[in-house]
Amino acid sequence: MHGTKTYLSETATRLKPSGIRRFFDLAASMEGVISLGVGEPDFITSWSVREACILSLEQGYTSYTANAGLLELRQEIAAYLSRKFQVQYAPETEIIVTVGASQALDLALRTIVNQGDEVIVVEPSFVSYGPLVELAGGVPVPLETRGADEFKIQPEQIESVITSRTKALMLCSPNNPTGTVLHKEELEAIARIVKKHDLLVISDEIYAELTYDEPYTSFPAIEDMRERTILVSGFSKGFAMTGWRLGFAAAPSTILQVMLKIHQYTMMCAPTMAQYAAIEALKHGEQDVEEMKKSYRRRRNYFVQSLNELGLRCHLPGGAFYAFPSIQSTGLTSEQFAEQLLLEERVAVVPGNVFGASGEGYIRCSYASSLEQLQEAIKRMRRFLSRL
Amino acid sequence: MKLTEKELEIVEILEKNARIPLDTLAKMASLSLEETADILKKLEEMKVIVQYAAIVDWRKVDGHEGVTAMIDVKVTPKRGVGFDEVAERIYRFPEVKSVYLMSGAYDLSVIIEGRSMSEVAQFVSEKLSTLDSVISTTTHFILKKYKHDGTVFDQGEQDRRIVVAP
Repeated sequence: MHGTKTYLSETATRLKPSGIRRFFDLAASMEGVISLGVGEPDFITSWSVREACILSLEQGYTSYTANAGLLELRQEIAAYLSRKFQVQYAPETEIIVTVGASQALDLALRTIVNQGDEVIVVEPSFVSYGPLVELAGGVPVPLETRGADEFKIQPEQIESVITSRTKALMLCSPNNPTGTVLHKEELEAIARIVKKHDLLVISDEIYAELTYDEPYTSFPAIEDMRERTILVSGFSKGFAMTGWRLGFAAAPSTILQVMLKIHQYTMMCAPTMAQYAAIEALKHGEQDVEEMKKSYRRRRNYFVQSLNELGLRCHLPGGAFYAFPSIQSTGLTSEQFAEQLLLEERVAVVPGNVFGASGEGYIRCSYASSLEQLQEAIKRMRRFLSRL
Repeated sequence: MKLTEKELEIVEILEKNARIPLDTLAKMASLSLEETADILKKLEEMKVIVQYAAIVDWRKVDGHEGVTAMIDVKVTPKRGVGFDEVAERIYRFPEVKSVYLMSGAYDLSVIIEGRSMSEVAQFVSEKLSTLDSVISTTTHFILKKYKHDGTVFDQGEQDRRIVVAP
């Protein structure tokens, strides 16, 4: 580079590097690490789904699909959303198949955000929300939830951060990293404020399949919210298909058609073979999902109770596969705790502060690991805590 | 017998891993230690849980590789007791590992383990075929076990995930 000129954009330069990255590099360089830092299922995609993909390749389905995705897949998605969550979308005009839920989030934000628009991000949150808002030209406004409230949004809190520039609210239930699930009544309270202030909601429901204690309520199923919601979901978590990079969005056609326009120019379409696999997942995958859910629920019960017995206070998370215990009793910061635990006992967890300031004092532990690994991790954590 | 949700939970967990420690089992099912022990006792008494056994890959043990045969057996059922009596006569032999009554071309499926092919052959010709009700036998020797009772024998699929991910 010559002189002081930089070729990098200001927006890109301003983006904070992901806090997870540094941890990943450290953990990856060590041997014998038990990782509770993984944000994906420990199951391999069902054989029937993999087999459907292989068959599509054998039959030569290797060309582009329609921009919005295979119509058959969109029809299956519509049927699935209706069957599981009682929300109705037209497969022809209101559903788009994307490259992971991540791309759907990106499309949603680029579709609705004007320069300087504010988007409320409920924290602790998935690490991408803030940066995606910024890349779309918007301003992420953190809304901090507290451990004492089991990381549930208090509706009155939302009003305290709403300004004339507020455009949308990003919701994630079940939440990454806290595992918190919002009940119907809690969503209804949020909906009242959304309506009152004429906001839009981007509802990230990627973990909707993985709830353990009660039926799931999808945000657009709340009265009057369908027209104000961009529903984002995908196959990664519930169907154990992270590497396939396949997600989708559903929204009223006035919004969805603009998302589709951006998608046409930036992505063309999602990978064809993954789309064929996803059709199989929706048609015949329900039994496999149920089995995985059972397994997660049992491990959750074991792991969260064990954490509490160690003195790391943790609410019972209703969904996803994360426990988000408080480590405040140790007097360490999240980063200190995670780093010392990794170096001394070779257990990798993610410090809570990488998910937003309100995650400080907590760590994220994924219980999507074998029971033997979880047992060993608890043993090592007990040893670690006894030395503090 | 109808099991409660928790009892079912315990059975399902143990069916996959019978060596799970009691306290871990209790936590997984969100029960106390006492409740879990009571359920176990009940399930064992009711013979819902019949036995806790290990799945062994004998091929790996020198001198104990052995042979397994599946034998299709056609029999004449007896008035009054049907197939049960002849099944009983067969399953009482200790070398018989399983006996199932089948629909289709034959009646009983018998699984036999022996140290060698000749040992199995001897059993079939001397013990099994000579039973009054047995009309015919067809013996199939197992060449290789890939998966047994839900367990893959050789290395299963590995965890290929990266160490830390968002």
